[in-house]
Amino acid sequence: MSLPIYATTGQKIWYYTFRVIVGLILFFLIAPIIIIIPLSFNAQDFFTFTPEMLALDPEGYSLKHYRDFFSNQDWIRPLKNSLIIAPFATIISVSLGTLAAIGLSQSHVPFRRGIMAILISPMIVPLIISATGMFFFYSQMGLWMENTFGISKSLSGYIKVILAHAALGIPFVIITVTATLVGFDQSLTRAAANMGATPTVTFFRVQMPLILPGVISGGLFAFITSFDEVVVVLFVGAAAQKTLPWQMFTGLREQISPTILAVATVLVGISILLLATVELLRRRSERLRGMSPT
Amino acid sequence: MAEQVLAADGTPLKASLNRALRRQKMRALVLILPLLLFILATFIYPIGQMLFRSVENGIVSETIPRTVVALDDWDTQENDLPPAPVFDALAKDLAVAVELKEHTRLGSRLNYELSGISSLFRKTGRRVDDIGEIYTDQLVALDPAWEDPATWVTLMADPDWITAQAAWDGEGDEPAFVMSASAIDLLPQTADIYADFARVIQSEDNDSPTDEEPWHIVSLALYQDLIASPSVDIPGPLAGLVSTAAAAAPSFETEDVIATLTEVDDDWQNPEVWETIYTYSPAYTNGYFLNAIDLQKTTDGVEWQPENEQVYLTLFLRTMIMSMTITISCILLGYPVAWMLANLPARKANLLMILVLLPFWTSLLVRTSAWKVLLQNQGVINDLLVWVGFVADDNRLALINNATGTVIAMTHILLPFMILPLYSVMQTIPISYLRAAKSLGATNWTAFWRVYFPQSIPGIGAGSILVFILSIGYYITPEIVGGTKGVFISNRIAYHISSSLNWGLAAALGAILLAIVLALYWAYDRIVGIDNVKLGG
Repeated sequence: MSLPIYATTGQKIWYYTFRVIVGLILFFLIAPIIIIIPLSFNAQDFFTFTPEMLALDPEGYSLKHYRDFFSNQDWIRPLKNSLIIAPFATIISVSLGTLAAIGLSQSHVPFRRGIMAILISPMIVPLIISATGMFFFYSQMGLWMENTFGISKSLSGYIKVILAHAALGIPFVIITVTATLVGFDQSLTRAAANMGATPTVTFFRVQMPLILPGVISGGLFAFITSFDEVVVVLFVGAAAQKTLPWQMFTGLREQISPTILAVATVLVGISILLLATVELLRRRSERLRGMSPT
Repeated sequence: MAEQVLAADGTPLKASLNRALRRQKMRALVLILPLLLFILATFIYPIGQMLFRSVENGIVSETIPRTVVALDDWDTQENDLPPAPVFDALAKDLAVAVELKEHTRLGSRLNYELSGISSLFRKTGRRVDDIGEIYTDQLVALDPAWEDPATWVTLMADPDWITAQAAWDGEGDEPAFVMSASAIDLLPQTADIYADFARVIQSEDNDSPTDEEPWHIVSLALYQDLIASPSVDIPGPLAGLVSTAAAAAPSFETEDVIATLTEVDDDWQNPEVWETIYTYSPAYTNGYFLNAIDLQKTTDGVEWQPENEQVYLTLFLRTMIMSMTITISCILLGYPVAWMLANLPARKANLLMILVLLPFWTSLLVRTSAWKVLLQNQGVINDLLVWVGFVADDNRLALINNATGTVIAMTHILLPFMILPLYSVMQTIPISYLRAAKSLGATNWTAFWRVYFPQSIPGIGAGSILVFILSIGYYITPEIVGGTKGVFISNRIAYHISSSLNWGLAAALGAILLAIVLALYWAYDRIVGIDNVKLGG
């Protein structure tokens, strides 16, 4: 969409104005995320740029908020909890979700639409409704687990949150894996069977390597869903299962401490890593399936 | 007729194919089944259970069953207050409920409908165990045997139970109390309340009716039975004791339960209290749903809530209007960006795409905290505006804790959900159509409006529904940047779940919200198809 040489002055003006407008909108999208990065190095407990910072004086910058993040138990414990809950929730979502996505992509599935609607529903239903439903259900289930199996309150708390997060992550796994399977050449499995491979061998040696990028990016989505989730854990979890987003939420609601900016910066770093991974996987998968030229 | 085609093993080909198809279906279902069961058990069922709470109202008839039955005889049009038997029934029900510590729960339940009932129940609960004491005293004065728990057990319990109880060695639970058939027959009211007494003593206090003197309210019931059938003839050793009491009963000093209750709290003479109990006595109610849309149930039918208590319709309306504003802002901001992405060379477009995807991947809490920090009164944006000279230092803009804050922050958060579907639709529109239109004499505007724009409408539709669905259910961002004027219906639901504990109302509000979202989702599925949802471009 470059400007033709015969463009009139009006067209030229519009061409550049339009680019400026788009630039401003993209600035609006990205600026709030970028701006908190320098703010997190503020040597003062302020949420705006101090004169020292604007003068690029090294005195105006410090790592004290990061030190606080990594030494304060109020932040360490939530971080640990998040790192316990998210991986387990991801494992459940990915294993069940991948199997189901493979089932759904077969050519003859009865009630396909209905099943799909049910499996996608955790993504559709507003979180606050899922959270209230789970609040009642899991409090009963927690009591039941503690009384029947005699497990501790803390363990049952983790199980509750993990199961709840697994349910929330499943739609993302289903969507990404089914999207990968759309381009999957079913004749490959038939060829494998023809050469004497059992269904299990076919699955692990032929199908899995090809859909792996989709499975991994679905897993990353499930991971970030759990890692970033606050409404459900707020209702289902107890104080012992306080996660990082929960701690941030309380921090934002009650008294906001500048440490939150350091935490936010670390999380932005994590999202950049995840985004890069997903992009690489998507391209690899498209290349593998020959859907786009390399 | 053509010869039947056979498969390799000799079965008809048709049957063989059918069998293969059936096996394929079975295999697909077996793969799907674990997840389906998981979602049904941990997601669909809990939500159904929660929605059920919006109509469930069993607590009234479970806690005060006698009162609910007695209230059936109350003609609400004729009399302001229910007849005397209702007060008697209430005293009995409360005596039981207090022992089970359930009367405060019922009080808070009814308090949602009429404030003040909670304290009324609590106050009455403290005094209710005195009701009927006057009869106990007179019975004991007549014969001290009435003071002995064993007398009551002999009178009320089934002989088999007495034998079993005597044989019980003290290990494990005492055999559950069984009422004797003759007591139920001859002293129905006493039997009724004594059964509750024995149950509560056994289950709550882990004690035995053989060791505990009955509550005073049991004496009241016995007095009523004796008055109702003065010539009662109890079989067994206690015949004399009971007939003496029956003979003396008419001359007993009596207690007026209505007066006693009124003395505890004169709200028991307040018709509104009784109307509330009456209206909410059925086991299922549409009351929560009516409350959720600012209506209320009365004995005269459905009415509007008083003006100053009408909050929910306004809140629903505000949620709708704000979601609409956010959706429109997203269209306005997203359209140019999507156009640019779709029409740039792939390399540049991919670079710009990162600017869209990074916010999409960034934690919601991070973006919300960023806005909370930026929009503050002393925040970066206000500082910048003051520095530029747009606003005076003492007149900084209020950008947070109001609707403006919510709209700005949520537009930012939901913008990628608009750009991505728009982009994928625009990618399929050949730019040469625009050139063709222009070469046929259309102006730039006509070419865009008549040729390009109509083809991009599916993208706008998909993006708008997605953004709208997401925004009407939002909770976190409005809670943090919305103050009181910028909150959504979700925040109210959360408030009722965690603070006011009016779970039924929360469930009703949730059900309405869910219905709206599902209707929109259905529309989305019709327009776009849920299979076409793409993540990350």
